Amino acid sequence: MPTPRLEVRAARKQFPGVLALDGVSLTLAPGEVLAVVGENGAGKSTLMKIVAGVYTPDAGAVTLDGAPVRFAGPADAIAAGVSLIHQELNLAENLTVLDNLFLGRELTCGGFLRALDRRAMGAKAADLLARVGLPTARATARVENLPPGEKQLVEIARALGTEVRVLIMDEPTSSLTQKETEQLYTVIDGLKAGGVSVLYISHRLAEVKRVADRVVVLRDGRNAGELAEADVTHDNMVRLMVGRDLKQFYPKVKRSGTGGAPVLSLRDLRFRGGPDAPVSLDVRAGEILGTAGLVGAGRTELSEAVFGARAITSGELLLDGAPVRIKSPADAIAAGILLVPEDRRLHGLILPESVGFNLSLPNLDALGSPFGVKRRAESALHTTWIERLRVKTPSAAQPVGLLSGGNQQKVVYGKWLARAPRVLILDEPTRGVDVGAKAEIYALIDELAGTGVAVWMITSDMEELLGMSDRVLVMHEGRVAGELAGAQLTEEAVMRLATGGTST
Amino acid sequence: MKRILGVLGLVIALYVVLFNTHANAGKSDNLIDVANLQGRYGLITLGVALVIITGGIDLSIGSVVGCGAILFGTLMVDGVHPYAAVPLVILFGLAVGVVNGLLVTRLKLQPFLVTLCGMFVIRGIARLIGGTVSRDRVLTAHPEFRGALDSLRYVLIGKDSTGELQFPAMFALMLLAVAAVGFFLHRTAYGRYWYAIGHNELAAKYAGVNVNRHRLVVYVACSALAALVGVLLFLNEATVQSDNAGVTWELYAILGAVLGGCSLRGGEGTVVGMALGAMVLPIIENVVNFSGKRSDVIPLIVGLTLLLGTMIDELIRRRSRVHR
Repeated sequence: MPTPRLEVRAARKQFPGVLALDGVSLTLAPGEVLAVVGENGAGKSTLMKIVAGVYTPDAGAVTLDGAPVRFAGPADAIAAGVSLIHQELNLAENLTVLDNLFLGRELTCGGFLRALDRRAMGAKAADLLARVGLPTARATARVENLPPGEKQLVEIARALGTEVRVLIMDEPTSSLTQKETEQLYTVIDGLKAGGVSVLYISHRLAEVKRVADRVVVLRDGRNAGELAEADVTHDNMVRLMVGRDLKQFYPKVKRSGTGGAPVLSLRDLRFRGGPDAPVSLDVRAGEILGTAGLVGAGRTELSEAVFGARAITSGELLLDGAPVRIKSPADAIAAGILLVPEDRRLHGLILPESVGFNLSLPNLDALGSPFGVKRRAESALHTTWIERLRVKTPSAAQPVGLLSGGNQQKVVYGKWLARAPRVLILDEPTRGVDVGAKAEIYALIDELAGTGVAVWMITSDMEELLGMSDRVLVMHEGRVAGELAGAQLTEEAVMRLATGGTST
Repeated sequence: MKRILGVLGLVIALYVVLFNTHANAGKSDNLIDVANLQGRYGLITLGVALVIITGGIDLSIGSVVGCGAILFGTLMVDGVHPYAAVPLVILFGLAVGVVNGLLVTRLKLQPFLVTLCGMFVIRGIARLIGGTVSRDRVLTAHPEFRGALDSLRYVLIGKDSTGELQFPAMFALMLLAVAAVGFFLHRTAYGRYWYAIGHNELAAKYAGVNVNRHRLVVYVACSALAALVGVLLFLNEATVQSDNAGVTWELYAILGAVLGGCSLRGGEGTVVGMALGAMVLPIIENVVNFSGKRSDVIPLIVGLTLLLGTMIDELIRRRSRVHR
């Protein structure tokens, strides 16, 4: 066996309170694309950051082309030929593409004056841009004016400028369109041919199938298994990632799922910033209505309109068959329509404040009195929901931002469940949530639907959609493209509708 | 509690310095005098602190104080009874707060700009209303107001009819305001909403908080308190001039709030901290007066002391954060 390009042996990394990596190993051959998959919190990002020199491992070894390395920082790693392309892009938006390509390692002439050698940089930039399939003219464009896909390519070009040997891509397609993603695949194929090894991290299993030569699966900070190219299937990856049977993971115990009377109905609804076509749909008592669609299909915007965060311009909302006027989130909450938002850090929680503060915030109407907030009732509410949702926190006074993603999400659920919801809108209900908390949240959603709450779940996670939904509406460019249930509800059918196909 | 330790230490240290500056500095007359000034700054500090907690800022305070004082005097010269003039001046403050609040919430203008413009506009209005007002002029025009004015002076600033300071009434007013603000801020849902808005306006909105209404309320409270301080200023001074009354007081108020633990990013601060923060500046001024230096050194000493105070405070807060 030839010397691997990169080898990680038994890497261990402890953070305060969490053992992020517990002896993870992997090897990467020259010119190989190795995908690393796993649930959130499985240790993918930590592993990548160790390889890229952001973290130093507590134990274990990293070797590069046979030589042991111990990077003191990302700059050290880049110098050795290991570059990390972040989920959040790290480009200086206000500078040109050319400036970004050479940021921190400008080509200069004139000795100590460090005058910029524009000509040399221009020539090299043209070469780098060509390798990622961008036109030379892009060099003078300001980065902020580029579409997300091109920004991603500029990052890759920047890495190529450092004689990269190992390129780490962390969720590179999360903000890319289908077309941009295809272009990225082409670039990756080119890198492979040039002998560059790629570590590819993604949640999107379809993508992994397309791009990876081999897959390493992590679970709870350990190696859960490895799949050679022939064995890379959706089911195999999920089984290794989840480590348990899918049926158990997505319970359907407490709810009948057939749905009772419609609780929330949208009739020809149009909203500000939405599509021209009106939307109509029903969410029934005791069912989980899944809504699928590609990013940009208008699902989040629609839910914001129903929740009163976006102005409704025409059409009506019916609650139990009677029209309701919802002009603000306060109206929606009063009507019992509650939203677990997509971005809990932005819309769901006040991160620097305590768990208790956040649980109380939407329930202060019930806790108020002429002498101020009723302390005893408030602390009873805190204890009840921290215990019932098994939020792992030292106390109700702990700032919520210090909790893990899963526990933060539980607090978002807790603040609404204390209000006894009629309609619960879940936008990406388990985004950024570790696998254990996910299972608990699914059980909770099932239980809520069982008590007659109408659950409307918007999700981009295909497994979650197929596993949890009783009925699925697929949206495409702002309109409902079709409805699927029972045997029709398959990944292929959802994707066909989501990409503009028909259901038959 | 840790958050106010820094400013508490600063206040105590300054009092120690004050007692050691001059034999007369520790006498009750002087301490009452200092307490009165602390009360005056304290009232505007509490007001602006509420705005700062919601993530806003109010730069128009000094102008509202000046305009309030001028308006108060002018109304009485024009024959409005003092007891009627006080609520009218406070009404003026409420109106300024409503305008500031609506511009910030409805037109979504930046609070800094809105209230900076307000600072100029209201100063301009004050100067158009009148150049100078004084109790003598009011009493010359309407000798019958003497009784009412004397009563107001006694109750609101603690001076008897001969002009002798009897008790720190303005400090007592501040304590009343501290109790009221403290109740709302730390014991009611309103306070929770203000902190929530200051930390994360969107999350507050998504939790059903009427963000616009609450932001409006704090601007109104802030301007009303500033107008009240305008009344106090008129009652306390022999004459009030529209071109310098209350100038830069908004900055004293903001400094008091920040010393007291408010973050200009919003979402932080306690009522006890604010009150302590407001107490710092009058002690420094008093120390300089007693040490027999020229009053020209006051700005320099104030600036340096406050800088030192904020540095110590920040260090203490950093340490307490690690131990959390």
